[in-house]
Amino acid sequence: MADTLVQPVPEVPDEAPEFPMSRAARCPFDPPPALKELQEQAPLTRVRLWDGSEPWLVTRYADQRALLGDPRVSADTDRPGYPTKASPDAGEGKLSFIMMDDPEHARLRRMVTAPFAIKRVEALRPAVQQIVDGLIDDMLAGPRPVDLVEAFALPIPSLVICELLGVPYDDHAFFQDNTKTMVHRDATPEQRGQASREVAGYLAGLIGKRLAEPKDDLLSAIAGRVTAGELDHGQATEMALLLLIAGHETTANMIALGTLALLQNPGQLALLRESDDPRLVASAVEELLRYLHITHLGRRRAVTEDIEIGGQVIKAGEGVIMVNEVANRDPDVFPDPDRLDITRDARRHIAFGFGVHQCLGQPLARMELQVVYGTLYRRIPTLELACALEDVRFKNDAFIYGVHELPVTW
Amino acid sequence: MKVELEADKCVASGQCVLAATDVFDQDDDGIAILLADRPAAELLDDVREAVAVCPAAAIRLVDQ
Ligand code: HEM
Ligand code: SF4
Repeated sequence: MADTLVQPVPEVPDEAPEFPMSRAARCPFDPPPALKELQEQAPLTRVRLWDGSEPWLVTRYADQRALLGDPRVSADTDRPGYPTKASPDAGEGKLSFIMMDDPEHARLRRMVTAPFAIKRVEALRPAVQQIVDGLIDDMLAGPRPVDLVEAFALPIPSLVICELLGVPYDDHAFFQDNTKTMVHRDATPEQRGQASREVAGYLAGLIGKRLAEPKDDLLSAIAGRVTAGELDHGQATEMALLLLIAGHETTANMIALGTLALLQNPGQLALLRESDDPRLVASAVEELLRYLHITHLGRRRAVTEDIEIGGQVIKAGEGVIMVNEVANRDPDVFPDPDRLDITRDARRHIAFGFGVHQCLGQPLARMELQVVYGTLYRRIPTLELACALEDVRFKNDAFIYGVHELPVTW
Repeated sequence: MKVELEADKCVASGQCVLAATDVFDQDDDGIAILLADRPAAELLDDVREAVAVCPAAAIRLVDQ
């Protein structure tokens, strides 16, 4: 507040506000206040990006769903008007079908949908429970305080994707070390790039082995498409890498940030810890996905034909940014939206996006989070933050929101 | 009330199975299939939820 009073900010009404906007320092779980204001007053508005371009910012739930479900809206980053990201995390090049449009997107996505079916994912639950219990055993046997991100949140999705892809046990350590470097705050861009190439090279090699000798795992299924002539080896590797990257930091951040949000809401944490009802755990997962919305900074798209929406025409060649974090706080859909309430029905959240690109891994992510939230606080009932909330560093600029580290003790 | 499912549009999100387990399932590739195209009245709210959460607009509930 003080800053706005002393700085002579000139009123330039036609100038588009800059995007992204900052969160309020005292409300690390809430979207930037400016997004909430726009949602009320100007749900479709132009914003200015780092490169001077001025795409449309879409803040209301209904408008976001309509656009994300519209085939005239493209996820291809090469399209004119696509709102580009200026983050070191943005990565280089294209990553398989997440940046493609139908029909090619659908062709590739359908090659890997099988293991994410609800029943197939349920069959993995005991293995995930074992991974989670093993990591908790290690934490309990080790020194306190411990960084929950490093000791617990990051290893879980890494080990689970190993299980799913079919990475042999002996290679888990190599795989985990490199995937950790790929997202590590202190890693230089060179180190990240190097780790990413190591993992890609490793996956390419493993696909090669599965080509010769198929097993009952996802890499063999992908290799099978190479044998059938539907993919080349490079596309197959890229697809495996997408599955790894898309589910890694996302799930890890939900684990760490979700734990922090619950520790800050002890009443909600107690409800969860003391309940035996798997439906409450499932409901808590949906509510935390809605409330935290870690894939902040928007789903970005380019418009390929004029679209009329909310009394406005968005023209072909213009960009749109759907900020899902504020859609998940839209009072038209979620009453009292800024309250964390694990007993509410939050199922209509769009934390996994919407439209044909909606998260492929969502059944797996849900199951992992159910196991984590249903186990961690029961096994360590006295879990608490080992630093002041003010000292927790949030990933404000990263494409996936979360905490850099979470020192906890018990 | 009749449920219509356009399997061509399905992106295998699994959301309909979670919303209405008695009405939807998935085939071996994760693509949605209908277990009952005329579900009992007490299941209709679940079906409406499935229609609302399907990301691909693949499900409709029609009055016939
Ligand atoms: C809580 C954890 C997760 C969150 C919040 C999340 C969120 C998202 C979001 C918002 C999208 C849409 C991107 C867009 O429209 O531009 C997406 C896509 C995707 N996610 Fe996730 N995700 C999570 C976990 C996972 C996991 C565990 C996997 C796989 C192992 C995964 C694989 C994918 C893939 C492959 C896509 C691209 C789908 C497509 O383009 O058709 N995600 N995710
Ligand atoms: S909710 Fe829609 S996209 Fe998802 S599995 Fe069901 S029909 Fe397919």
